[in-house]
Amino acid sequence: MRADLEIISEWIKPGSRVLDLGCGDGTLLKHLRDTRQVSGYGLEIDNDNVTRCIAAGVNVIQTDLDTDLSDFDDHSFDYVIMTQTLQAVRQPEKLLERMLRMGDEGIVTFPNFAHWRNRVQLALGGRMPMSRVLPNPWYSTPDIHLCTVRDFEQLCRERGFDVQQRVVVDHAHRRGVGSYLLPNLLGENALYRFRRA
Amino acid sequence: MPESFPADSIGLVSPRSITFDESLALHCGATLGNYTLAYETYGELNAERSNAVLICHALSSNHHAAGYYSTGDRKPGWWEACIGPGKPIDTNRFYVVCSNNIGGCNGSTGPASTNPDTGKPYGSDFPDILVKDWVHSQALLSDALGIERWAAIAGGSLGGMQVMQWSIDYPERLQHAIVIAAAPRLSTQNIAFNEVARQAIRSDPDFHDGNFYEHGVIPERGLRLARMLGHITYLSDDSMHARFGRELQEGSPTQGYGVEFQVESYLHHQGSKFARRFDANTYLLMTKTLDHFDPAGKCDDNLARAFAPARAKFLVLSFTSDWRFSEARSREIVRALLDNNKDVVYAGIEADEGHDAFLMKIPRYLEILHAYLDRVATEAGV
Repeated sequence: MRADLEIISEWIKPGSRVLDLGCGDGTLLKHLRDTRQVSGYGLEIDNDNVTRCIAAGVNVIQTDLDTDLSDFDDHSFDYVIMTQTLQAVRQPEKLLERMLRMGDEGIVTFPNFAHWRNRVQLALGGRMPMSRVLPNPWYSTPDIHLCTVRDFEQLCRERGFDVQQRVVVDHAHRRGVGSYLLPNLLGENALYRFRRA
Repeated sequence: MPESFPADSIGLVSPRSITFDESLALHCGATLGNYTLAYETYGELNAERSNAVLICHALSSNHHAAGYYSTGDRKPGWWEACIGPGKPIDTNRFYVVCSNNIGGCNGSTGPASTNPDTGKPYGSDFPDILVKDWVHSQALLSDALGIERWAAIAGGSLGGMQVMQWSIDYPERLQHAIVIAAAPRLSTQNIAFNEVARQAIRSDPDFHDGNFYEHGVIPERGLRLARMLGHITYLSDDSMHARFGRELQEGSPTQGYGVEFQVESYLHHQGSKFARRFDANTYLLMTKTLDHFDPAGKCDDNLARAFAPARAKFLVLSFTSDWRFSEARSREIVRALLDNNKDVVYAGIEADEGHDAFLMKIPRYLEILHAYLDRVATEAGV
C-alpha cells in the first residue's frame, strides 16, 4: 500500500461513496472497500490498469478524464479523489471544479514543483528538473501542468475552495518536521482535502 | 475424441431440444402451444448448481455457440472465440447453455413450424415476439434444467438486450450480466436499416406474404439483399477497406453490372449463404423484436428507472469502430446503472472490426472477459 493512499484512507469516513479519477490498478478503492466499507467507482484510461481493476473486483469505468466526465450526476459522491493525476490532465482547473460538482469533497495529491531540489536543478543547472517524483524528461513527461504548494493554495483561494486538510511529505510520503515547517521548499508531494467554501 | 479439433475447442457437440407441455403466454396476448426450444450445453453443472452461464444469441445466430457437429464440420459455433476449455467462458469451470430463440429457424418453434390450429406452417401468422418473451422462455428452460440462478448471463448485440431484460425481469436469477456491443434501444437509423431489410424480403415475389412454404419456394433474393445490407452495417469502413480495398475480382475492370470488386463478390457470397440457411419470416420477426426493445419506454424514457429492479453486477463492453451499436450507446447503459448505484465495469475496446468485433478473437477483448469471468468463477466457487 502506497503511503499516500494510507494517508487518504484516514481522511475517508467509513461507509461513504467515492469516485477515484485515474484509479490506476484499483489499489485505493479496493483498500477503502475492504477496510472502510466504501462503495464507489474508479475511472481509468489505461488498458492494463482496467484489467487489474477487474481482477481486483473494483468497479472501473474506462474513461478519458479529459473528455468524458458527463456520466455522473452532481453531488453523487461524498469524495472525489485524484492522486498524482492533476498535473497530467489538460485542464486541471476545470477538473477541480468538476470534482466539487460530482462530490461534496475533493482530495488531490500532486508533486510539489517548488521542492528545493527542483529549484536547485533549474537555478544552477539551468535544466528542467527531474527527480524521483518527476522521473521523465521534459519532452516525454505526461506531467504537463506542474504546480507548487503555493500555486495550488492560491488557486483554491481564487476559486473559493476551502482546504480542510493538508499533508506535505517527502518522496516516500513520510511526514517530517521540515516539510511541515517549510512545505513549499521541503515537501516533495502534497495531499489536500478541500470543499467549496 | 477425434484429433482434428483444436485443443482449446469443446470439440464435438450435439444440439438438444425440449418441448413444453404448457403453452407460452406471449406479451402480445397470443399463446404458443406445445412449443419447443433447441439448445446446447457445454461443460458440467456442479453439485451446487452454481456454475451455470447462459448465452443469449444475436439476430442471425442460434444455439450452436461453440464446438463442432462432426469431424468434417469446418465451422465451429458462433462464439467459439470465447467459449471452450481455457477460454474466457471456460467450459472446464462453467456449465454453458445457449438456446435458440422462439421464432428462430434452427429447431425452436418458429414461423416454419407447424401451427397446431391449422396443420400448416405458421408463416405470417406467427405471433409477435418481444425480448421479454425470449427471456421468459429462457427462464422456463432454466427451470427445466434445474438452474435457479445463473452465475452469469452473457450476450452481444441483440443478445446483450436479452441480458439487460433478464436483469430487469428476473433480478434474483442472475449474479452477473455481461452486455456486449448492445444498446438500450435501437436508434432511428437502426430501425431504418431494419425496415429496408424487411422490404427487401417482403417485396420478393417468392415471399407470398410469408406463406412461401406451401409454394415450395424461398424468397432467396430478398433474404440475400437483406443480409448484404446487414453485413455492411456490421463491418466498419476501415475493416472493409483493409479486407477488400478496391481490389477487382478479375484483375481488370469489366463492362456492365456484374460482380466487379471483391467486396461485391464477398457480399454476394455472404448473402447467398445466409439465404440458404435462414428463414425469411424469422428475419422479419427478429428485426421487429429488435425494433421494439425499449425497457425505458415504460418508464417515461428513463432508463435508470427501468434498471432499478436489477440486482446483478454488470460488465458492459463496446468496440471503438462499432457504428451500429456505438460506444455512446453502451455508455447510456453504464450511466443508467451508475444512477442506480449498481456494480458496473465498463471498457471500450479498440477494434477495427465494427459491430462484428464481439464475435472475434481480439486479444484485448478476450483479456477483459477472462479477468471478469475469473471473478464470476471465484464467486461461484469454481
